[in-house]
This record gives sequence, C-alpha cells and structure tokens, in this order.
Amino acid sequence: MLIIGGGVTGTGLARDLALRGVESLLVEKGDINAGASGSNHGLLHSGGRYVATDPGAARECHEENEILKKMAPHCIEDTGGLFVAVEGDDEKYAADFPQRCSKCGIPCQWLDPKEAREMEPVLSTKVIAAYLVDDASIDPFKISLENIAQAQDLGADLLCHTEVIGFEKENNRIKTVRLINTNTGKEISVEPEQVINAAGAWVTEVAALAGIDIEMLYSKGTLLVTGHRVTERVVNRLRSPGDGDILVPGGTVSLLGTTSIRIDSLDRIRPTIEEIDLMVDEGSRMIPALKGLRYIRSYAGVRPLLKMDPGLDDRSVSRGFMLLDHTDDGLENFATVPSGKLTTYRYMAEKTADLVCERLGVNAPCLTRTEPLPSTPSGMWTEPALGPKRWIRENHDDPLLCECELLPKSTIESIVNSIHEHNGDLSLKAMGLRSRVGKGACQGTFCGKRISAFLQETRQMEGAEGLDDLRAFLQERWRGERPVLWHSQIMQAELKEALYCGSFDLETQT
Amino acid sequence: MAENKTIECDLAIIGCGLSGMAAALFASEQGISTVQTGVSGGMIFASGLLDLMGVHPLETGNKWIDPWAAIEALAMDIPDHPYARLEKGALRESMEQVVAFLGDEGLPYLKDGENNSEMITPLGTSKYSYYVPQTMWDGVKALKERPPCLILGFDGLNDFSASQIAGTLRDQWPGLRWHNLQFSNSGTAAGLVSGDIMARDMEVPENLDRMVSEVCPHLKDAEAVGMPAILGMERSHEIVEKLSNELGARVFEIPTMPVSVPGLRLNEAFTRGLSAKGVKLFFPNRVIKWEQDENGKLLLGIGRNRPDKWIRAEGVILATGRFWAKGLRADRDKIRETLFDLPVLQPGERKEWHRREFFDPRGHPANRAGIEVDDLFRPIGKDGGPVFDNLFACGSILAHQDWMRMKCGSGLAIGTASSAVDAFSSFNA
Repeated sequence: MLIIGGGVTGTGLARDLALRGVESLLVEKGDINAGASGSNHGLLHSGGRYVATDPGAARECHEENEILKKMAPHCIEDTGGLFVAVEGDDEKYAADFPQRCSKCGIPCQWLDPKEAREMEPVLSTKVIAAYLVDDASIDPFKISLENIAQAQDLGADLLCHTEVIGFEKENNRIKTVRLINTNTGKEISVEPEQVINAAGAWVTEVAALAGIDIEMLYSKGTLLVTGHRVTERVVNRLRSPGDGDILVPGGTVSLLGTTSIRIDSLDRIRPTIEEIDLMVDEGSRMIPALKGLRYIRSYAGVRPLLKMDPGLDDRSVSRGFMLLDHTDDGLENFATVPSGKLTTYRYMAEKTADLVCERLGVNAPCLTRTEPLPSTPSGMWTEPALGPKRWIRENHDDPLLCECELLPKSTIESIVNSIHEHNGDLSLKAMGLRSRVGKGACQGTFCGKRISAFLQETRQMEGAEGLDDLRAFLQERWRGERPVLWHSQIMQAELKEALYCGSFDLETQT
Repeated sequence: MAENKTIECDLAIIGCGLSGMAAALFASEQGISTVQTGVSGGMIFASGLLDLMGVHPLETGNKWIDPWAAIEALAMDIPDHPYARLEKGALRESMEQVVAFLGDEGLPYLKDGENNSEMITPLGTSKYSYYVPQTMWDGVKALKERPPCLILGFDGLNDFSASQIAGTLRDQWPGLRWHNLQFSNSGTAAGLVSGDIMARDMEVPENLDRMVSEVCPHLKDAEAVGMPAILGMERSHEIVEKLSNELGARVFEIPTMPVSVPGLRLNEAFTRGLSAKGVKLFFPNRVIKWEQDENGKLLLGIGRNRPDKWIRAEGVILATGRFWAKGLRADRDKIRETLFDLPVLQPGERKEWHRREFFDPRGHPANRAGIEVDDLFRPIGKDGGPVFDNLFACGSILAHQDWMRMKCGSGLAIGTASSAVDAFSSFNA
C-alpha cells in the first residue's frame, strides 16, 4: 500500500489503515505538512460557515467536529465560536442563519449583541446579530504528526523528501512506482498493491504520471498572525463567506483570514501586501482593534479544489470530500483524494481506507471513530503555550534557545530526534514545521542563530552547510514577515538586518 | 509650561546612539553649552566596531579594502548619499576625534593605516571594518595569518558559540579548534550567563586566574585564543594583555550578539566622558512635546511619559535613528518622522518597501527612506528650503543611505554629527 502525500489526509489514511492492520508506505516530496495542511487557519469548523453554500459539507463538518473533539482532544482547544453580523451586512443572511443551521443539525444559539460583546469585548459596537456555535481551534501540525507517529508505531513507513517520478503499468494496474530522494537524487522502486494519491495541490501532477487527467482549481488563501490572542472564541463574520472574515485563536496568538485568489501556478505562493491590507480592513469591521494591532507574520496556503462547474466561483466549489476511483480510467489499484478540509480529514481517510480495504479484500472496520489519537513526543512541540509551561515548570539547567516561544535546548534536541524518526532531512525549516521555532516576535533573529549554533555544536550540521541552512530559514521567515512590515514588525526586521547584514555581513559571504 | 523648570542651552541633541553621542562630543569640545536627551540608544546594540565604508556598489557585493576610495566611488554614483556632502578631511578628523576620546575613556581603538581590516563575526563569517577595538585586534591578525588557534566559548553564554565560529571557518582555517568552558560563578537558575555579569566577574583577579588555569590544558599548540567579548567592562584591553601574557598566546575578543558588552562599554564611555566635559545628559528621557518661541528658539518638553522638564535651545540636532530607535515610524501607508513630522523621502508604496528576498544584494528601498537635508544638514520641506533654520539632523535617520548593507554606519553617524555641529556653530555665530 502506497500513500502519496504527507499532509493531514495522507497521514490520517496511514493511521486508519494501520489500525485495520494494513501496512503502508507514505511518501512525501517535501516534509510533513509542507503544503495546505501546514498553512491553514487551524479551524475546526462547526459547519456554520457552509450552511448556505454547501449544506452537505456543513453537515460533514458538524459530525467530524464532534468526533474529533472526543478522539483528539489534545490537538483541539474547544473555544466555541461566534458568528456576528455588523451594520451594513446582509440582514436576511443573518436572519436565515439559525434555520439553515438547524436543517444541517448544527447547534446554534442566538445571542443578544450586547451579550456577545460581553463574551468578546473587542467586538465592534456595530454588531447587529450574533450566534454561538461549536467552532474550535485545532493544531494542524500536531494532528498530522500524531497520525503518522501512531501509524509508524503500528508498522507504517514514512519517507520524506521522496517524490514519485513515474508509474509502470501492467494489466490495468500500477505495477511499479519509481521514487526519487529529492536531496540525494537516489532512485528506488516499489511495487505496491494499491496506490492512493493524496498529494493535495499536487494531485494533478501525480495523476498525470499515471496518464490520468484531473482538472483542479487552485485558490490561494492568506492568513495573518497577531502578536497576542485577540479573542477567546473563534469569530466569524455572519455573511456569505468572504475575505478577512474569520479570526481563530491559536494558543497565544490569533489568526485572521483569509483571502481567496485564483492562481494558475503552485510556484512561489506568497502573501501579498494587498491581501494583508484587505484583511485588516475587513476584519476591523468585526473587531476594530485589528486595525492597530501588531502582526507578527503572515502566510499563504493553497486550497486544491476539484474543477466541476465552470460557473461557480472558488468559494462555491464544494469543499466537501470526494474520492476519485480510477478504475474507469483504466487503473484498478489507483485512486485520488483530490481535495477536502482539515475538519473532515478523518472522514476522508475512513472512506478512502474503506475503498482500499475493499480492493484488498481486508475485512476490518474503521477504528478512528472510536479509537482516541494517542499523544506522542513528536507532536508535542507544535503547541504554542507548551514551551512556556514546560520551561517555567521545569526551569532546570536548560538554556533557552528561543526566547519568544520559550524553547530550551532539551526541546530542540527532542525536535531534532523527531525529524530523524521521520527519516526527514534536518534543517531549521524542518524544525519550524514541527515546532514553534522561529514563529515568535523576533521571527528567527535570535533563535535562528542559536539553533544553528546548536546544530554545529552537536555536529548535525557542519561548515558552510550551517550558513546556507540559516539563510534558507531566514528567507522562509521573511516570506511571512514582508507583508506585515509596519509599526513594530518593521522595527524587528531592521534589527534582524542590522545583525545578519550589518554585523555578520551574511549577504556578501560566498 | 513651568518656566522655572526650563533649562537654557545653546544646543539640544535628541538621541543617544552613536551619532547623538558624537554630536555631543563635538559640541562640547567647541565649548557649546549642550544638553542631550535620549532613551537607551542603539549604542548598546553595537558590536564595538567602527565601520567606515565597506561595500559598493551593493548589486555586485564589491568589498573595498580602501574605504576612502570606496567613499569616492560612492559619492560619484550616489550623489545624494550623506557621504557625498562630507569633506574627506573633515570626516577623517571627526573619526580621529571620537577615537581619541574613547582612548582617553579606556577604550583604545586600532586600525590598519588607511585600510579596512577583516574581522571575525559572531557567526564565523568575516566582515570589513575600519577602527577595531584594541581587544579585538589580534583577531584581525589571526584571521589573516591563520595560526593554530583556539576559540573559547562558555556553557550558558547563549549568544556566542565557539563551535559555530570554528565550524564556519574550518575549511579555510585547518588549525582552528573550539572548546567550551564552564564559568560557574555566573550561572543563573536556568543555566544562562549574561555577558555583562561575566564582564564584571572578569575584573576580579581571582576569577581571571581561575580561568587561566582552566584554559591552559586546552591550549595545546594554539598561538592565538579567541574569546567572546566579555573580558571586563572597563580597561578590558589590560585584561586581554594580562591573559595573553599568562597564557603565552595572543588573546582576542570576538563580538557577541546584542546586547553586547562592547556596546555597553561604548555607552558607558560616552556617558562618563560627556558628563565630564559638561554636557548635561538627560537619560532616559524622550522629547514628548516641542514648541517654537517668538525668537525662533526651540523648546523641548522631555520626560518619560509626559514632559516634566523643558529645554530651550538656540538650535537642535535630531539624531533619533530609524525604526528600531523610533526616529522613524512606518504606518501602513507611509513612513513618518516621529517628533517634528518632518517630510520623509518615501520608498514608494508599501509593496515596494522590501524586496522578496531578505538577502537581495541591492538592499531594501525602505532602508534608504529618511530625512533629506540641505548643505547645512537641516531637514528640508517640500519647497526645498529648511523646515526650521535651527534644526539639524544627523546619523541613520538621513535618507539615501543603507548603512547595514554599505557597512558605513559608524562613519555616517560620526561624520554627519560633526557636520551638523559645525553647521549649528556657523548658524549661531
């Protein structure tokens, strides 16, 4: 069994299959969560957002929301969520909301706007309608890391930095899959019985290698990270989904998003200044304070959407789950999961595993509805408040390498170990995908140098390799910082440049 | 405004980074009655090196061993750069004057004739600088000659990594080794050691003796020993000399990450020396309000949160720095000068402020934004004339320069401070 793609879908599938006794190999061309699974809102939808546009998806969200809160509570902060309309918003949409929710079975409680402002004092005085729903915040990094960790414990294999470069077909089946290690260039071949393409935004490329045409749309979404947590609950704008209308708490910060911009190419996905300004302006209509806040960074992800009706705009294309069985395309042991949502990842994995098991003749029920997701060391450092909690509690002889997120040396060691366990390539960027490294206010200014020094000292990285890694890490942070360089964050950026360019002359070193 | 609390002076200097400090020095040496305000300046973030000019043109990353030739080329190519307004002899004299003052205050500097020297940075990369603290000088020599050398670090001194420096340099310097020492005196609960505490500890002879005995077993063939710049807060060159003699190897300091001891040394030397020269220092105070009286004099209301003192000055020098120091402020739509709301040369729309690559060799346009001045270093308004006859600006707030990329920060700070003071003198004469 071969799974292509190490996002939340692929890792969830690996776990589901492992629990049914099916061993799999998961290959990921980059690193775990390097795509959309690592660059989303971290929102566990109540379903409320989709009640008008996609009731089916809304219902799926609601059901999965309840299951995940029970099965993976350590990945979720059950914040609750508000939907609020402000003066000027479509009043009919607001009025229809509770009825639409109830049609989808989604709990929704009417609130007096005054009451809503007591719950979240930062809300605008211009709120005209408010409802309380079951939204929550979910840690997408942790979910994927925990899924793959349990799958590996149960016998699954993981190869990061491993890309599919070709399929060899025989008798309506994929016989051999050719893989390449993107770092070493070394090629290997595997002969799986079943192949699932869960490559997210890259499903088209993978399917094309098997001669199958899948047409996808790509919609870029940009998010903004605030310097501190703005609200206790998720706050949604009560209107037809639009830009900058959701604010999700993520531990010690809040995430404002998103935009939806059609893109033709998956190269160089980056947040733009226009998107940031639009979101700050829109978001501030719900929460005026968003105008004057400090933003630490931004990031952009790609929503892969299956192209269906050319008349629909990107937000109307179903975000619901779809599984493409390629038997009709002439390949009996191949299927693609083209798109989906973080909230419903478990359901997608279940349905996909059902198909795989049916094809393999395995008669084992799905256990992820009832079997809690274990908490493991490899997923623990993604949590924003854990560093501080741990460090204050244990405050032992353990120097802090990251002061913004309070990550001591021992934590960095454990993150390094988890990368080795994933057969991943050690780099500062890889550490950032597994932890809060570089995500605080200084955006890598101090922790970047210190952790790079730690890697030198422990001989995990030597000589010029260390400088190259540091440069790549700082550039990665820069992508997210660049659009938010005003007020405090331009000061931070100036300090960073004064050090790395002014003092270290890193830009002219060859 | 309470008249009885008004302090009268000829010149008020706003800002206590290198440029403000240098301006206060030049003014006091000209006998001008001077008042200076500011909040913990960029000085404590300094590495201790005094750069003059290193890279031009930025696009090519061309490094100049002769900074004076680089300045000439720069002045031809970028005629608006503040250096193009400075007379070479005056720039040289102003640097010499600052270095002489620092020498008197126990911070001797050295340089290699008219040339830049190549320095080891805390990353193990190298950079060109002009005046080098005497405590770091043997590092310049070691980097050039590459003898067997030991880089020493300390467990818990987070912002200095001997292994990183040695690791970065090892391909070009085979005889370079590293070792970490424990320095138990300074350990705190979390195993962290702060540079300023270590520096004070190093001034105690017994601590130094103990360190010598701890270093000796690791010395082996090393002819030079590089250490983080924590060897004393005052008279550190004497500590370095003593260590060198006792170890029988040339000891040199390497700058550390900020807040660094060399930055603190500079800050202390200036504060002490300027007070002794009669400059009235009001630190930490920021200018919160200003007014202009009927005679054109400028009144500055200073304090921590609201004005509790007023200064009346014939002239004012603005040396408030850039974003980090809050001399400039970036809003989403525009960069502003924070005190007088002076016109700021804008780097275009926000999407043009910064380039997509952090290390783009051309540098970021936002870093060339700033205050434009006339030949007397007076900020100019939209009509091209001075905003005030008696307001002058110097240092990194000035437009058309990128000190971080050109490695011209200290020379720019000092040279323009000198010109601003001279301009004030001629105005006030």
